[in-house]
Amino acid sequence: MSGGPSMSRGAAPAVADIMPSLGCADRPVLRERGQREVFCGLTGIVWLHRKIQDAFFLVVGSRTCAHLIQSAAGVMIFAEPRFATAVMEERDLAGLADANEELDKAVSRLIERRPDVRMLFLVGSCPSEVIKLDLSRAAARLSQRYSPDVRILNYSGSGIETTFTQGEDNCLAALVPQLPDSEAGAPQLLVVGALADVVEDQFARLFDAMGIENVRFLPPRRARDLPPVGPSTRYLLAQPFLGETARVLDERGARRIAAPFPLGAEGTTLWLKAAADAFGIDPMRFRSATAAAEARAKRALEPYRAELSGRAVFFFPDSQLEIPLARMLSRELGMNLAEVGTPYLHRQHLAEELALLPEKTALSEGQDVDRQLDRARATRPDVSVCGLGLANPLEAEGLTTKWSIELLFTPIQGYEQAGDLAALFARPLDRKTRLKV
Amino acid sequence: MQLTVWTYEGPPHVGAMRVATAMEGVHYVLHAPQGDTYADLLFTMIERRDKRPPVTYTTFEARDLGTDTAALFQRTLKDAYERFQPQAMLVGASCTAELIQDDPAGLAKAANLPVPVIPLELPSYQRKENWGAAETFYQIVRTLAAPVHPQVGDAAGAIPANAVPGHPPLPAGISPSRGEVGGFDASPGASSETQDPASQSGLGAKAGSISPLVGEMPGRAEGGDAGIDSSAEPEKRAADAHGEAANFGPREARRPTCNILGPTALGFRHRDDVAEIRKLLGEIGVVVNVVAPLGASPADIGRLDEADFNVVLYPEIAGVAAKWLKRTFGQAFTTVVPIGHGATRDFVAEVRRLAGLPEAAATGVAPRSNLPWFSRSVDSNYLTGKRVFVFGDATHALAAARVATEEFGFTLCGLGTYSREFARDIRAAAKAYGVEPLISDDYLDVEEAIAAVQPELVLGTQMERHIAKRLGVACAVISAPVHVQDYPARYSPQMGFEGANVLWDTWVHPLVMGLEEHLLGMFRDDFEFHDDARPSHLGAGSRISTEPERATTTFATPPAVPPATRVGASADGNPINLDWLNEAEVELKKIPFFVRGKARRNTEKFALERGLSEITVETLYDAKAHYSR
Repeated sequence: MSGGPSMSRGAAPAVADIMPSLGCADRPVLRERGQREVFCGLTGIVWLHRKIQDAFFLVVGSRTCAHLIQSAAGVMIFAEPRFATAVMEERDLAGLADANEELDKAVSRLIERRPDVRMLFLVGSCPSEVIKLDLSRAAARLSQRYSPDVRILNYSGSGIETTFTQGEDNCLAALVPQLPDSEAGAPQLLVVGALADVVEDQFARLFDAMGIENVRFLPPRRARDLPPVGPSTRYLLAQPFLGETARVLDERGARRIAAPFPLGAEGTTLWLKAAADAFGIDPMRFRSATAAAEARAKRALEPYRAELSGRAVFFFPDSQLEIPLARMLSRELGMNLAEVGTPYLHRQHLAEELALLPEKTALSEGQDVDRQLDRARATRPDVSVCGLGLANPLEAEGLTTKWSIELLFTPIQGYEQAGDLAALFARPLDRKTRLKV
Repeated sequence: MQLTVWTYEGPPHVGAMRVATAMEGVHYVLHAPQGDTYADLLFTMIERRDKRPPVTYTTFEARDLGTDTAALFQRTLKDAYERFQPQAMLVGASCTAELIQDDPAGLAKAANLPVPVIPLELPSYQRKENWGAAETFYQIVRTLAAPVHPQVGDAAGAIPANAVPGHPPLPAGISPSRGEVGGFDASPGASSETQDPASQSGLGAKAGSISPLVGEMPGRAEGGDAGIDSSAEPEKRAADAHGEAANFGPREARRPTCNILGPTALGFRHRDDVAEIRKLLGEIGVVVNVVAPLGASPADIGRLDEADFNVVLYPEIAGVAAKWLKRTFGQAFTTVVPIGHGATRDFVAEVRRLAGLPEAAATGVAPRSNLPWFSRSVDSNYLTGKRVFVFGDATHALAAARVATEEFGFTLCGLGTYSREFARDIRAAAKAYGVEPLISDDYLDVEEAIAAVQPELVLGTQMERHIAKRLGVACAVISAPVHVQDYPARYSPQMGFEGANVLWDTWVHPLVMGLEEHLLGMFRDDFEFHDDARPSHLGAGSRISTEPERATTTFATPPAVPPATRVGASADGNPINLDWLNEAEVELKKIPFFVRGKARRNTEKFALERGLSEITVETLYDAKAHYSR
């Protein structure tokens, strides 16, 4: 994944080497290197396999990979899920020729059992990368065999190259070369990043109301329904972790619309407005399309503002959503930002977000979890946003936490979800005041 | 490559984490990429532990490969030692680090830390979680319980890994590649049953008492009873009742002691089992020296040899270590796993023998659990012969098979395990019960086997709970893999006499109760009491429509669907078509759903054998009469 926004870019070389430096938005960023309490990119499969309904994700990895997805899914989703792991065994490591043969067998078994599958992703893992099993060649080889019924693509979700949400980034980037060419002429809008279906529908209605006609979403709900792309495409990122996808969209001639991300009332308005401006929509028409929903969102946020204003929040790195979330919590709910940690900071895509953050916000990139825990204990924030491995231990130390994974498994984008998003942060505090045990 | 969707066991380093997390004063440095930290959530979320597992991951990245991953490991090890100040450290590699071959063992030795460092070789591409836990516990015991006690924390006592001064040579048959011969059988070719001293002494001689550890019963037990002054017995019994110390006569100036081996973090009810067995041992008059790994420190491991014998609760985890302790210190170990009322009594008898205590008087003592009376109570008649399918780890599956048959009066219709290391034990038990053994870690195989035998109750893991839900069969969970629901707030052991009570409640609860079952059978078309309705004492069932559905299955108006045509093979192998006439099909629906598949198969077999191509209501009842004989 050369050239991609891998987590290693720009990180300090030494383990746990705290080295404040200036980001391109002229903000000091604490860069750390050490133990990361963050999932790898395979985890994105948990939501991607629900989003693209006729796609299947086959991880080529180890028992650890299978166990990770099973555990990260939290509960076992037992309606036969559209993902599986081809678990490499001793003999697969002996020779790559055999490994390829074994992989072909696994794929044919899978396609026999799931004739409804139209697109199969071979997902690389740490072990498959280390033994240099070339999944792109495997995908090409298998595509020939199963074309046109099943399209076979590949991407890497390995922990040595990706952190959590970068798995979705790599998956979407793998889709981009498959997108048909768009017709020259009328500009189209492409919204990029997996969103809950309900959110996608709301945005589609808003774009329609403001007069942007040709709107498509990536990923599509069906693998056969790929949106076209080309020089007439303007794209709007719905998620902050799509650096590689943006790069390959640029290569197809599409142009990014710079915007903050659609979290909170203000964030959603700015995000929609960026699209409206790019498409030359009349400001009056934009207001009339969005004013009612925006007012509704602000009303929904009001009670939470009273609860959360003045409280301190500490973000442990997780999904790269941290900076847009911190912006929303600080500007729309009045929270103080104790530390905003992110696994990787894409300065260009987050430039609009960084500009909205309070000055002197403590930003950190990467992680040395023990040192970061020391800082959290010293700061004692009102809410710590962290992964599942850290939440209960912090609660036991008396620090209220918000599980970050819920921010990916809940519809939080857009006007109608602004109140729900605020509620996710208010609930742990509400609970703490209720409990008398 | 094995195509898998769900796994029964994690990788072997997760087994090592279960041991490390269970212990105090141990820290595990794992050479692993980002993402492998997911394993922390197993402990903090599923088990709701309030501390992070004592594990530090090196978190190497692609760009580190081929440059300085070894240096990264060394820095991480040093930092982890300085931060956590453990009394002993474990080092090892996860699946990816195994491929880059940095040799954590050698690197750790070079680091020369002032505490024992135990290297773990856990082959990720061959082995799984329980094997990893057993190997880790064995390596810890082998290193820290060596005859010369290490002075933990004292630099002078630093033990270069694998080079403990005065360490006995590696016993024959024990090596990192152990287990390849299958199970813990030390004497290949010897039949489990014939070597079981319990069966020789007439205790628990039935198939259900087959333990994964039989064949390893120590000789020490035989001599144990000899020195007991029988006049001390009444006194001692009185003392037992209070769980207090007793004077066992001139030869035994102190109470016998044992270690409890096997419980780990993330185990199925391990914490409650330990509490229950500790109480039971106290009542017998046996002092618990050390419980390990759960709650043990490295210094505690160093004291293991002070006990007279070992109680092995979970052979999957402690079997190898217990054998080493026997070879090294001559400590005998228990072979009966005390799950169920009968097994608990056998366990007590075995412990008494190993402890050199007289046999407890069997008569005139009220049963210690409610299970025997509850099972004899007339309302339990409906449990008779209910067909159960058992699947789990070997220990729990074998125990459940015995309890189900001997203590509930169920009929075993399937027995299996995902613990391949114990395949031989499960096969032997299945043979004794007259069922097909199922040795598989592919849940699709298990689902197929369950669907084929159509049990009325499944005793399995969380995986089987989902399978049973899909098939509409009742299920109780008896074994890992675990779910957050398997960590109940209340005291809920599986072992000992209280454990037998828990088994009673847990296994009976999912079933439709006796009279309700009869009503369901009598009035099958009732719109509330239909096949899809769950037992009425179980909360959220499927929604029931307020109106009776339009008569779909009444006798007068058979459904409009065409009769099913099924292809069977006649006795001479030629395929023939079997037509179920509408009335027969409707009649079949009146048979309870959990035996309907069997009734259908039997009827079709009956028809085929007689060359009938049409199945009528008469055929159905002819077949019923034929097979009920």
